[in-house]
Amino acid sequence: MEPIDQELEEGELELPSQPMTLNMGPSHPAMHGTIRIVMDLSGETIVKADVQIGYLHRGFEKMCERGNWSQVFPYVDRCNYASPMLNNVGFALAVEKLLGVTVTERCQYYRVVLGELARIADHLTCNGAMAMELGAFTPLLWFMKGREMIYDIMEEETGARLTHSFGRVGGMAQPPTANFKEMVRAVLPRIMAIVGEAEALLLQNRIFIDRLQGVGKISAADAIALGWTGPCLRSTGVPYDVRKAHPYLVYDRLEFDVPVGQEGDNWDRFMVRLEELRQSVRIIEQALDQMPDHGPINVDDPRIVLPPKDEVYSTIEGTIQHFKIVMEGIKIPAGEAYGYTEGGNGELGFYLVSDGSGTPYRVRIRPPCFAITQALGGLITGLMIPDVVPTFGSLNMIGGECDH
Amino acid sequence: MSQKLLDILKAAFGPAVLETHSEHGDDTAVVEAASWLKVAKFLRDDPRCDMQMMVDLCGVDYRGREPRFDVVMHLHSIHQNHRLRLKTRVGDSDGDGAEVDSVVSIWAGANWFERETFDLMGIVFHGHPDLRRILMYPEFVGHPLRKDYPADKAQPLVPFREGYEKLPPFDRFEGMSFGRQTFRSGKAD
Repeated sequence: MEPIDQELEEGELELPSQPMTLNMGPSHPAMHGTIRIVMDLSGETIVKADVQIGYLHRGFEKMCERGNWSQVFPYVDRCNYASPMLNNVGFALAVEKLLGVTVTERCQYYRVVLGELARIADHLTCNGAMAMELGAFTPLLWFMKGREMIYDIMEEETGARLTHSFGRVGGMAQPPTANFKEMVRAVLPRIMAIVGEAEALLLQNRIFIDRLQGVGKISAADAIALGWTGPCLRSTGVPYDVRKAHPYLVYDRLEFDVPVGQEGDNWDRFMVRLEELRQSVRIIEQALDQMPDHGPINVDDPRIVLPPKDEVYSTIEGTIQHFKIVMEGIKIPAGEAYGYTEGGNGELGFYLVSDGSGTPYRVRIRPPCFAITQALGGLITGLMIPDVVPTFGSLNMIGGECDH
Repeated sequence: MSQKLLDILKAAFGPAVLETHSEHGDDTAVVEAASWLKVAKFLRDDPRCDMQMMVDLCGVDYRGREPRFDVVMHLHSIHQNHRLRLKTRVGDSDGDGAEVDSVVSIWAGANWFERETFDLMGIVFHGHPDLRRILMYPEFVGHPLRKDYPADKAQPLVPFREGYEKLPPFDRFEGMSFGRQTFRSGKAD
């Protein structure tokens, strides 16, 4: 869109002829991340936008270099706090890749189920927050109701509602509880009923549709060149999903579709996330059917897995093993590996370098929304100020992950 | 699968490819810093490679080694579904001369990743359109991900930022009455 005052004579203007600079953020009620956008405005049209991040930087990568490998799990929780379990699983898989360890089949299914539950919670949060910023408060509360049910399951399983720190190298912190399967099976139809009610409020709503459709468009080639992954890339019509393209855990045994959009606008991103909810439900149902009820969760390797507590207190081997893992950390052979999984926003990568000691030499997180947020400036240039809100919402920028 | 990729790269660039390996299933090629941009362009444009996506770019500090830094790039081909890790080595043992060509002209998505690597690791990318700090604030001293960065030391206080024309009613000492000016001149209370 052309700047509106371009064809006017100098004397015809009542407003200043210079572009106005407007500062949006870092703390703005219509934006759910700490991000600052410095915009040059011509009237209400954005002619230049500078997106500045870093307000939530906590030195994740530097902190990781001070503890041992297991002490990274609480930090990854806090990267994407909308779906911490996916980060836990992603980091555990990356370390296991470096170790050359494959976890037990039961644990793989357990990770898939917990991860997909976290993905449902992530997409519910994103779509709900986006609707709320456009003035539709009720759907947010509905989606949050669904998310609470998932948090209840997570609390039952892990003991924490938000920051679980549940992943471990070589397994999980605890085996599934006895009624895990029944709990998940009971909750899924209730969540989907809530999603159905909430989307009925939005998908027929003229105002909501008008503010999303055709706004914030991006082409597939641009999205690929910018490094977009996840729902945002799929909304442009590229069916790239790490779970399909490079299957990890047991995703190759599960049947699910990869929803894609056509236009790459805000509406498509919203709809792709809604459809992914349903695909996640399909995955969870199949995984629950296939998941063995008995069997070990952790790998049988005393070098990487803590021994049971009664052995620690009653045998010398158990005490030594426990001491070495807790005090020195798990020894990871020297080398480098890049482990990547499908996070809530796209490809979540961990590039790990080990020097053979118990402390990570370098932990590099590849946050999916870092690549996505860098396109925000280009997306909103030429749009009006009110279009910033849905465009930013549909990108689902998570401050903790973007700024790591 | 993509041992082939490494062979293509070695055939095309010969001695500029310093080292290759495939640890843990990740194909890795280390190239000379001088041919970094050429190799990147080849990888994107050659139909056998077809690396349309730059997934990740970061730096690793191997303190005590010469050259000291690794610049690590992870590439991915959506259509052919293969991956490659491309590395180069820059910088001397003091951390000077850590410079490499920018690949923003090849993958637009490298923009912020290079800014972050510059910010946290202090590696300069030549030809980058807008190389400034991204996660840290402009007055930050040093590059925190370097191994010799003192993690337990505090940063100096940032002086008051000058050069901003503020409209009334805001002035230089807006805010509380016990602001910097009164505090500094000992006239607090």
